[in-house]
Amino acid sequence: MNHDPVDPNASPLGQPIERREDVRFLTGKGLYTDDIQLDGMVHAVVLRSPMAHARILSVDTDEARRMPGVVDVIAFADIADTAQPIPVRLAQLPGRFKEYSQMPLAGDKVRYVGEPIAVVVASSAYEAEDAAELIAVEFEELPAVVTFADARRDETLLHEDLGSNISTNYTVGRGDIDAAFRDAAYTRKERFRTGRHSGVPLETRSLIADWNPDTERMRIWGVNKVPFAVRDMVARMLRMEPEHIDMLASDVGGGFGVRGEFYPEDFLIPFLARRLGRPVKWIEDRREHLMATAHGREMECEIEIAVDADQMITGLRASVTVNLGAYVRPNAGVAPAKCGQALPGPFRIPHYQCEITTVQTNKTPAASYRGPGRYESAFFRERIIDLAAADLGLDPAEFRLKNLITAAEQPYDIGSLVPYLGPDSYDTGDYRSTLNCVLEKIDYDRIKALRGRKIDGRYHGIGMCCFVASAGGGPGEHVLIEVEGPGKVHLYIGSSGAGQGYETSMAQILAHELGIGFDDIVVHHGGTAKLPYGYGSWHSRSTVMAGNAITNAARTLIDQMIELTADRAGLGSQALEYRAGAVYPRGKDTPLATLDSLAEQIGADEVRTVLAAPGLYETNELTYTYGAQVAHVAVDADTGKVEVIRFVTSEDVGRVINPLTTHGQSIGGTVQGMGPAFLDEFVYDSSGQLLTGSFADYLVPVATDFPVVESITLTEYPSARNPLGVKGAAEGGIGAPGGCLGNAVGDALRPLGIVVRELPMTPSRIAALLEEAGC
Amino acid sequence: MKPAKFDYVAPESLDEAIALLAANPDDAQIIAGGQSLTPMLNFRMAGAALLIDINRIVGLSGIRLGDDGAVHIGATTRHRDVELSPLVARHLPLVHAAMPYVAHVAVRNRGTIGGSLCLAEPSAEWPALCIACEAEIVLASPRGRRRVTAEEFPLAPYTTSREEDEILEEVIFPAWPANRRFGFEEVSRRAGDFAIIGIASVLDLGTDRRINAARIVAFGLGDRALLLDAPSAALLGRVPEEAAVAAAIACADEGLEFDSDFHASAAYRRRLVQRLVGRTLRAALGIKTEQDG
Amino acid sequence: MTQLIEVSMVVNGERRSALAEPRHSLAHFLRDKLRLTGTHLGCEHGSCGACTVLVEGRSVRACLMFAVQAQDANITTIEGIAQGDELSDLQRAFQRNHALQCGFCTPGQIMAATELLADNPDPSPDQVRHAMSGNICRCTGYVPIIDAILEVAAGRRESAAQQVAE
Repeated sequence: MNHDPVDPNASPLGQPIERREDVRFLTGKGLYTDDIQLDGMVHAVVLRSPMAHARILSVDTDEARRMPGVVDVIAFADIADTAQPIPVRLAQLPGRFKEYSQMPLAGDKVRYVGEPIAVVVASSAYEAEDAAELIAVEFEELPAVVTFADARRDETLLHEDLGSNISTNYTVGRGDIDAAFRDAAYTRKERFRTGRHSGVPLETRSLIADWNPDTERMRIWGVNKVPFAVRDMVARMLRMEPEHIDMLASDVGGGFGVRGEFYPEDFLIPFLARRLGRPVKWIEDRREHLMATAHGREMECEIEIAVDADQMITGLRASVTVNLGAYVRPNAGVAPAKCGQALPGPFRIPHYQCEITTVQTNKTPAASYRGPGRYESAFFRERIIDLAAADLGLDPAEFRLKNLITAAEQPYDIGSLVPYLGPDSYDTGDYRSTLNCVLEKIDYDRIKALRGRKIDGRYHGIGMCCFVASAGGGPGEHVLIEVEGPGKVHLYIGSSGAGQGYETSMAQILAHELGIGFDDIVVHHGGTAKLPYGYGSWHSRSTVMAGNAITNAARTLIDQMIELTADRAGLGSQALEYRAGAVYPRGKDTPLATLDSLAEQIGADEVRTVLAAPGLYETNELTYTYGAQVAHVAVDADTGKVEVIRFVTSEDVGRVINPLTTHGQSIGGTVQGMGPAFLDEFVYDSSGQLLTGSFADYLVPVATDFPVVESITLTEYPSARNPLGVKGAAEGGIGAPGGCLGNAVGDALRPLGIVVRELPMTPSRIAALLEEAGC
Repeated sequence: MKPAKFDYVAPESLDEAIALLAANPDDAQIIAGGQSLTPMLNFRMAGAALLIDINRIVGLSGIRLGDDGAVHIGATTRHRDVELSPLVARHLPLVHAAMPYVAHVAVRNRGTIGGSLCLAEPSAEWPALCIACEAEIVLASPRGRRRVTAEEFPLAPYTTSREEDEILEEVIFPAWPANRRFGFEEVSRRAGDFAIIGIASVLDLGTDRRINAARIVAFGLGDRALLLDAPSAALLGRVPEEAAVAAAIACADEGLEFDSDFHASAAYRRRLVQRLVGRTLRAALGIKTEQDG
Repeated sequence: MTQLIEVSMVVNGERRSALAEPRHSLAHFLRDKLRLTGTHLGCEHGSCGACTVLVEGRSVRACLMFAVQAQDANITTIEGIAQGDELSDLQRAFQRNHALQCGFCTPGQIMAATELLADNPDPSPDQVRHAMSGNICRCTGYVPIIDAILEVAAGRRESAAQQVAE
């Protein structure tokens, strides 16, 4: 991607400024949690259940305790007095949903392979693993609940006291769904399924907890995403004041929504640090990660579409079932709820109804993963739209363009589709524009002649998918600007990055707002110091929430500078104005003071408190980005392997802070979403054993898989819901590839009578469809 | 994922290594490239009280051309050295063509031919390549040296006919005749992954322009790399045209049993054997099929 | 009794020694004994490439080699790529192309690309993708990584041609 060169004389906002954090990452000087060594630090290893569903009869740690280097071993009995079930933080769904929670260590029962049973602490991770092998656990195996059907039967219950494996069931909708289907000229009903997969960041989870017995304070490294929320939960469980826990920032090797929620280890490691009075480090290994860090996306959907005689979609009726695994994690309700909200997508669908059911099974607990509910819903919706278009003899692009919401219809009322949120509406945009953009880029009018054709042993297909993605997310965000001295301004933000480039993009916003040099600003994120609170990084919210809070803080700082200058000059503040880092008498060209001169005059001792501007941006309104993707694929008629010949994604994000990073997030998110169309899947056998417990079996995309991905970012429709006009940009790319590629493969194989209903489309599954079709 | 304790020794001669192995019959493991053994140690799926590292034995590594045109590849020769060897490119073009399919560069930089053969992973390329080339494997022990054909070497997954006190010394590939044609193809989930099914086909054309020798080898079957007798035999005496290919495809899966796993069903493996036999033979014979629709 | 071995190697041009157990991986040795933490562990079974270092100029998974096996070897890690504060052309190209986000895989990517460009000064895009296919990146989608490497290859060829011309 070629961006315009950076103009050093213009505002940095909107310019493709290279990231300042890159230098340390490129030279090996990043500081990730495992890179931190503290004096006297010991290492924890978690013993995890090898069984999917079993009663624990006994846990014998005696032999492990006697191993060389072992400092401590804990099991449920050791935490029973202290620990509490891990609470559901977000997205309380109806019914007894929140009661399906997990204790940090298994007590009487294990419910998934990988559930923590005990923790060994030793002077090295090697020795801790040696000892963990010697913990003797006696199990009484129970039948495993693995599939949707297993769960629904309710013969074997995971949580006996709750009486059912169904943890929530509710229905949302708008309009009059029965009328829509009664009056429809055309209807079609299908069943679709998306595979279980997850974010799988390259850095596994990691924690260091350091208890200081003298000050009775705890320092914790490695918690990212929502450090304040995790701090408060740790404090509650350890019966401490939250202010006595400092969450410290380190570099983070990718988050994608799965890192930094409250996991069992977030209690266990601080608990052990206090119990032992010394720093404890825990580094999740890759095998553990694949069985212990949140999974996602395993959904089944029955969906029915109603179209009238004018080829307008009038109704969509669906029943979505979500396999949440063994327990309800702190944000497990988000994906089911957002699926119910996102299912109608960017289309004008007046009548809509969706039943959401979540089931608990003996699999790793599922929770939010980048684009929760949107990846799945896009596949369900866009597949049925493609099938309807084909049945009606319409070009899939034409059918979509007819039914996409236009700018004139905005804000488009979507009704009340999320049980824990009120009614909502889309904000701005012509949802046809991004589809037109990708169709033009891929030269659809020319290549559509290839649809369904077999050339040199490969079937060609073209697929497309449209999306709308909510972003932002309240209640607010805090930031703080602190001036340290001339040419040095600190910006603290309540968001916490995991590779997004906040040190660069947030400085661009502040440099723009203050009209000062980008290089003068140092950004701090990810810790709990300095700010009253921070709501973290999720739902593509940081640019929206922290970004606008920076705007507010900058205004406060400007007011402070004007007041100070007015005082010193003996003038009324109304007589002064601020321009580009300096305070001027209104309308004059010679400044009375600059940020640097004020900092110098106030002096190093006081400037950090005098020129200190907190900023808070509060809103519960969401922004909505939208976009479209198109793919050209070729399916090998022998092997069922699919080559993605070309893939184009486009998104209107309202306003771009840094085209370089926005473009990077778009391509990266897109490829991450292309993986589970063909590769990524957590597979379990009928006894609940995880078969994909290594990177040799859990397959993420590599450099050869999807080489041709192009991204076009539009900024035609800024959000009207925040001063910056931004909409968030981290999840646009990832929502649609499942639907887009499902449609592309479906398009290629349609002449054979094949219908694609399931992701991932492994070569074995595609070949089975080809065999069924007699090819 | 830290391995359990073991002791380590790195002998500098083959005799020393053989003696060490003989002295620790039950609990020693030979480590060569370590690209399969080390992950298994890290997962604690394998263990050893003593690792005997044969990487420092001079003479166990290297590629040379014998007077008879045979290519000798030493046990600790890295896959990457084989891949980049002009000698292999000239004298063993099938092996040269297949090397890029072995894992990734960094793994090929360490992994060895001897290690791969002794591991006997059913989805690995080396056992199949050796069978296709009629290679012989030289094993050294306190009792001296013996040769085993590549076909007899793997017995089952992770099991070979190597005795516990034997060390694989080298692999001898007989001279590659000028009239030999080959095709190689494998299907894996991603580049560098183990094959779901791979086929190496080798055909010798007689002076009468007929196929006078054929060896079609499949890997990725449940048990071990296997010479496919029926399709190989079906080619003999035939003119190298599509009809011969069709005859081989027709019996490609004869007598074979296929396993299902979550990467591939048995039916898919059967399909791949049939289709890849066809594709490798066409590639070997330069037959192009027009399938434009 | 745990066997402890004095392991000595030349790392980034400097002779370094420390005691190691035979079971300590080269990655563990570099990170915990020599405190060169730029080499990252992403999987510990040779599948992700984050721990890639150069041993005698060749890329190796530092999680699949024991430190004792690197006795007396020449090792290059990510800490040895820049010349002082000056980023190498490859590192600069990664930054220019936004070929990294979280940075965790980046050291391994740089090491693999370093070997590739030494082996093949004029790689095709497909050759670059294959050479890099053993290094997982979850953030970038690889497109900018491939672009960065191709840009460096072209740049080096150009400056080599200029030198010849001069």
